[in-house]
Amino acid sequence: MASIEMRNIVKQYGDGFPAVNDVSLDIADGEFMILVGPSGCGKSTLLRMIVGLEDISSGDMVIGGKRVNDLAPRERNLSMVFQNYALYPHLTVFENIAFPLRLSKTDDAEVRRRVTEAADVLELHEHLERKPANLSGGQRQRVAMGRAIVRHAEAFLFDEPLSNLDAKLRGQMRTEISRLQRRLGITTVYVTHDQTEAMTLGDRVCVLRKGKIQQVASPRELYEQPVNLFVAGFIGSPPMNFLPARPEGNRLTTPFGPVELDQKRAAAVAGRDLLLVGIRPEYFEDASLVDEAKRPLGTLFRARVDVTEWLGDQQYAYIPYEAPAEITSQLRDLSRELDSEELRTQAIVSIDSTSRIREGREAEFWLDTRKVHVFDPTTGENLTRDAEAGARLTQMAEEDRAEQVQEAQAGMQGRHAGAA
Amino acid sequence: MRYLFRPPAAEAAGLLSLPWHQPLAEWDDALVLEVPQRGISRHVVRFTACDGRVFALKEIAEPLARHEYALLGEFEAEGLPSVSVLGICVDRPDDQEAILVTRYLEYSMSYRYLFSGPRAEHEPERLIDTLVQLLVRLHLAGVYWGDCSLSNTLFRLDAGSYTAYMVDAETAERYPTLSAGKRAYDVDLARERVGAELMDLQAGELLPEDIDPIQIADCLPVRYEALWDEINREEVFRADEQALRVAERLQRINDLGFDVGEIELVTSPEGARLRVDTRVGEPGQNRREFARLTGLEVQEKQARRLLNDVHSYRAYLETRGGGSVPELEAGRRWLTEVYLPVVSAVPEELAGRLAPAEIYHEVLEHRWFLSERSGFDVGTWAAVRSYLQQVLAATPSELTTPSVIADRNGSVDRLVTGRSRSD
Repeated sequence: MASIEMRNIVKQYGDGFPAVNDVSLDIADGEFMILVGPSGCGKSTLLRMIVGLEDISSGDMVIGGKRVNDLAPRERNLSMVFQNYALYPHLTVFENIAFPLRLSKTDDAEVRRRVTEAADVLELHEHLERKPANLSGGQRQRVAMGRAIVRHAEAFLFDEPLSNLDAKLRGQMRTEISRLQRRLGITTVYVTHDQTEAMTLGDRVCVLRKGKIQQVASPRELYEQPVNLFVAGFIGSPPMNFLPARPEGNRLTTPFGPVELDQKRAAAVAGRDLLLVGIRPEYFEDASLVDEAKRPLGTLFRARVDVTEWLGDQQYAYIPYEAPAEITSQLRDLSRELDSEELRTQAIVSIDSTSRIREGREAEFWLDTRKVHVFDPTTGENLTRDAEAGARLTQMAEEDRAEQVQEAQAGMQGRHAGAA
Repeated sequence: MRYLFRPPAAEAAGLLSLPWHQPLAEWDDALVLEVPQRGISRHVVRFTACDGRVFALKEIAEPLARHEYALLGEFEAEGLPSVSVLGICVDRPDDQEAILVTRYLEYSMSYRYLFSGPRAEHEPERLIDTLVQLLVRLHLAGVYWGDCSLSNTLFRLDAGSYTAYMVDAETAERYPTLSAGKRAYDVDLARERVGAELMDLQAGELLPEDIDPIQIADCLPVRYEALWDEINREEVFRADEQALRVAERLQRINDLGFDVGEIELVTSPEGARLRVDTRVGEPGQNRREFARLTGLEVQEKQARRLLNDVHSYRAYLETRGGGSVPELEAGRRWLTEVYLPVVSAVPEELAGRLAPAEIYHEVLEHRWFLSERSGFDVGTWAAVRSYLQQVLAATPSELTTPSVIADRNGSVDRLVTGRSRSD
């Protein structure tokens, strides 16, 4: 296993278009790194440069301390998981996993050791001597993972592996991949355009836009302390709401009334004219359901609800608002870039599922102002980002992960000891 | 539901009445055709016949179906050896996957048959060379396959040798040119899959004992490199040997099954540097010429063989008649007086085991073989009789091409029920 370091990586095509533009990224040994972004952001190209499928125009790709720019894919000893799904009907599950080793003429004892080890991780033990015909969809995918495991590769690479699976299998596989990675503690790079996959799988997530890194952080840091409008809009589902705002002393004037800012944030936005305030759906609530104790931490406003969506355990209300033309066009561009169909001049507000707020009527809402962020609409910069708080979140995620890996691996060893 | 297909697709009209709203796996057996000797697929694949033509139907996710439909269409237009795509059906009810429809490659054989059938290939490396030739051709065209395997390839006999066709383009990607890394990776994947497929045949006791899967798989990258180098290398030679060396190089590339598109020759006092651009499409000079003379569509090497036969027949006609015979007339007379009588002599029960042009080629081979043995020319008809009894009858019936099976089933239906096939 190995770390992967990228130094000023550029991929320029014949027409001069930089698909990847000066990317520097360190992936620690054993880390699960997600590359995410909308189509055309360069995430797949970057993965393919790690594997060796794409030439690197400039910069250094270093795997396990060795510069690999000029090495053929095979010499890099990486494993593209799920590249080969085919199950061979006459081969037992054991041999279906073992064949890459057979092809490299690994001796029998070593083959047995590695396949048994992989079967332990994947819980395929009882199927090993059977033919694959009767395996379930999930088990078939695990056989494909087994092939990757037995190679003892330096890292696992996934290129949108779940995009063509049905929703049920997709959820199942997400769990499998996450569990597998924890147990093996293998460096993993995973490309997806799906922010839910990114948030649930990664230790850290690298958000790319037009070939450039926007932010590399734990999912929670991305969510709570995004560096800019792009990251804020991309991470989170339903997405963050962006309202036009004008600073007036310690408060912002918005279509949903005034929003109070603390001293620090107020200072950060002072002297500016038109701004965007970013509010996550769950910062809102039906005012009638908010505790008296909590009310002073936010502001109240009345608005007409266009549509409500009741999903059983949660409920959303859609509230249209007016915005100046320059903001509307800015938000439309952002939606387009994020491949999003959401109409951005309509706030999506999460309310308690017991709320009786009904569509077509006016209602009173409470807005928790403590966590809102304020963005410069021109540059997209998050003016109120608290870098230290963000770093703390990522630090916490790293600690959690170290603990999980330790537990998962201790569990594996326990089972080995039990089996011996 | 939405159906997408490109004209000419007149044959598609008959397919529209199929139950596209149902999962393929649940289609009534009466609607599907059993096609033996298939490769390994991770999708549901079924076959159906319509107006004497056979189609393969594959259920896959819509984005993949659209992607494959577009790519296969491009490949066909450029003459790359791939199956021909008819269309896709998307927006099926209950969020079902799309169905991709391809025209069945008639008279094709799968690797399972070629490695394990009674007519099993005794030189497995020859099949690997055929696969390698296909992969090189695709790479020259900027196609990264991503899943090159024997299962995803079908083979056709072409005057005793084989031609390989790409059957599955689901993972394929198209680029202006391929990086060395993509080519190398594609070859690595091919090696691994071929090895696994042969090990699978071995485990099923379907592989002759003297074939070693690992050895065969390992020869693939070596053969690939050799062919790639042979076609793409730049040569430098002295100015005085220029003419000879260029001719040799072109001949060599033709022999390898590729057509030359453009030659770049740069001369300097030190000598000449030669670079050759190879055409990506399958070679087709003989095929086109043969079609012009006879109207028949055959494969390239078959065409070369049959053209020679047309030319000898023309010479024979001219000698006999004492005057010149225009080539088009010679072609027409060869067709009616020589070719058709031979291929029509195949009895109903042996029909469809080999393509007619291949049968004709084999009859010529057989005649040569019998004549060698007897010390005199045994003549066409003795050769035909012996060939049908000794050779074609021993060719297994599972090779029968699906359209002939469908046609037979249709005739049986008509006999039994009095219905016509278009009912």
